[in-house]
Amino acid sequence: MAASPASHDLQLDSQGRLRHFLTIEGLSRELLLRIMDVAESFGSVTEQTVKKVPLLRGKSVVNLFFENSTRTLATFELAAKRLSADVLNLNIRTSSTAKGETLLDTIRNLEAMQVDIFVVRHAESGAAHFIARHCAPHVSVINGGDGRHAHPTQAMLDMFTIRRAKGADFGRLKLAIVGDILHSRVARSQIAALKTLGAGEIRVVAPKTLLPAQVESLGVVPYTDLDAGLAGVDVVMMLRLQKERMSGAYLPSESEYFRCFGLTERRLAKAKPDAIVMHPGPINRGVEIDSSVADGPQSVILQQVGHGIAVRMAVLSLSTPGGAP
Amino acid sequence: MTDLTAPLQVEDLLDRLEIELRREIAARELTDPAMIGIHSGGVWLAQHLHRRLGLQDPLGLLNISFYRDDFSQLGMHPMVTPSRLPFSVEGRDILLIDDVLYTGRTIRAALNEIFDYGRPACVVLGVLIERDGRQIPIRADCCGTHLTLAAGQRVKLTGPDPLQLEIRSVSL
Repeated sequence: MAASPASHDLQLDSQGRLRHFLTIEGLSRELLLRIMDVAESFGSVTEQTVKKVPLLRGKSVVNLFFENSTRTLATFELAAKRLSADVLNLNIRTSSTAKGETLLDTIRNLEAMQVDIFVVRHAESGAAHFIARHCAPHVSVINGGDGRHAHPTQAMLDMFTIRRAKGADFGRLKLAIVGDILHSRVARSQIAALKTLGAGEIRVVAPKTLLPAQVESLGVVPYTDLDAGLAGVDVVMMLRLQKERMSGAYLPSESEYFRCFGLTERRLAKAKPDAIVMHPGPINRGVEIDSSVADGPQSVILQQVGHGIAVRMAVLSLSTPGGAP
Repeated sequence: MTDLTAPLQVEDLLDRLEIELRREIAARELTDPAMIGIHSGGVWLAQHLHRRLGLQDPLGLLNISFYRDDFSQLGMHPMVTPSRLPFSVEGRDILLIDDVLYTGRTIRAALNEIFDYGRPACVVLGVLIERDGRQIPIRADCCGTHLTLAAGQRVKLTGPDPLQLEIRSVSL
C-alpha cells in the first residue's frame, strides 16, 4: 500500500479546500498558515469554564488506531470532544482484524454506523490514503501516522510550536532534526512542512546508518556530527529512537548512541542561547536526550502536547465537509 | 447590487444608544457592569461605549464563529480572531454590544458562548440598529434606532475609523 503521487490531490476538493488530511506534501503555504491561525483561535476555548465549542456537534469521529499511541490518541480524542463531536476509540489490534476482517470491511462497517471522520494510525505506509480512496464521499480521513510515510498533524503542531516561540518568519530560522531520520515519519512530515513554510536552513543530524540515501534531495543539509549540526541553530527537533533499532545492525548500543547523539546541556550549548528543544514524545531519557535538557528551561516538549490539541481541533474542523477556503 | 447612501449618522445613533444604556443600568441598578462587543462591528462600537460609560474592567471581545448555526452549510469562517474575555462572567452583569440586530442568530450564538464561560447575573443587549426580520425570539434592550427595510436590503457598519453605515440591496 504505497502512497501514489496522485494522493496529494485526494486531500483537496475542487475548490482547494481540505477534504482529507493525509500528508503535508501538496498543501500550500497558505493552507498550512490557515491551520495554524485556526489552531491559534482555539486557544481561547481552554479559558472557558465549559471547554467546548459546538462546531462538530452531532458529528462522529472514530479514532482508528492499528498501532499503539498514547499522546496522539489522547489529543485527537480531546480535540474532537472540545469540538463537541462524539468520539469512538477503536484499538483494532484487539478487534475484528485479528479475526481476519479486512481493512476495507472494517471501514464499510463503520461507515454503516454513519461516521463522519476517521483518524487513522497504521504501521503500514499509505493506510490512511487507502481508506480515503475507498471511503464514502461524506467521510473525511485524517492521518494520525502511517508507517514510515507521514505524521502530518505532529508536523503541524511542531510548526505551531516553532511559530509561537520564534515568530512567523521561518526564513530566518536554522533548524536541526536529530535522530533516526531514516525510519521517521515525523521527520519526513517536518521537513515537508518546513520547506513549504520557507525555513532558512534545515539540517538533519544522525549516524550515517540512520540517514536516508540522497537525503540532500529533500532540501536538507546532512550532518553526522552532533556538535557541528547544532552549531548556531534556533530550533532543535529531537526524534525518538525506537528501541527495536538497537537490535538491528543500525546502531552499536544505547550508551554509544547517547555518547555520540544524545542531547546534553553541553551539546545544547552549541546552539543559539535562546534555542528551543522539541521532541514528539515519548522521550527515552538517557538515550536521545538527557533529563536535564528534557526538563530544562529551553525545552518546549510539554507545550507541544498542549498545542497538539489546538492543531488537531483545527485540522478536524477544517476537513469537515463544508469547510471554507 | 445598488448602493444607497443612508441618512444614518453613526455618532447620533451612538449618543442615543449610550443614553438608553445609562437608563437601563440605572433602572436595573447595575453597579459594576462589564461590556462585551461582538466581532467585528460590535467591538468597534463597544470601544466607544466602554470609554463613554467609564467601565472598570477591560472590554471583552466575542467571536461567535465557533458557535454559528450555519457551520455545517458554510464551514469554518475565515480570519478568526479569537474571543477574549478578560474578566470572569460568573455572576456579572453583562452589557452585550452588536451593530445590527437582524435575524437574532448572532445573539443566540453569542449567548451560548458567554454561558460557556460562566453564568452571568444578567445580560443587557445594546445594538446600534434594531431592524425587522427576526427569526428567533430575541430583542434588544437598548438601541440607537429602529429600522424597517425591504427583504433584500442589508444595513452594514464599516469601520473602525471612520464608523459608517451603509444600506445595500442584495440579490436574493
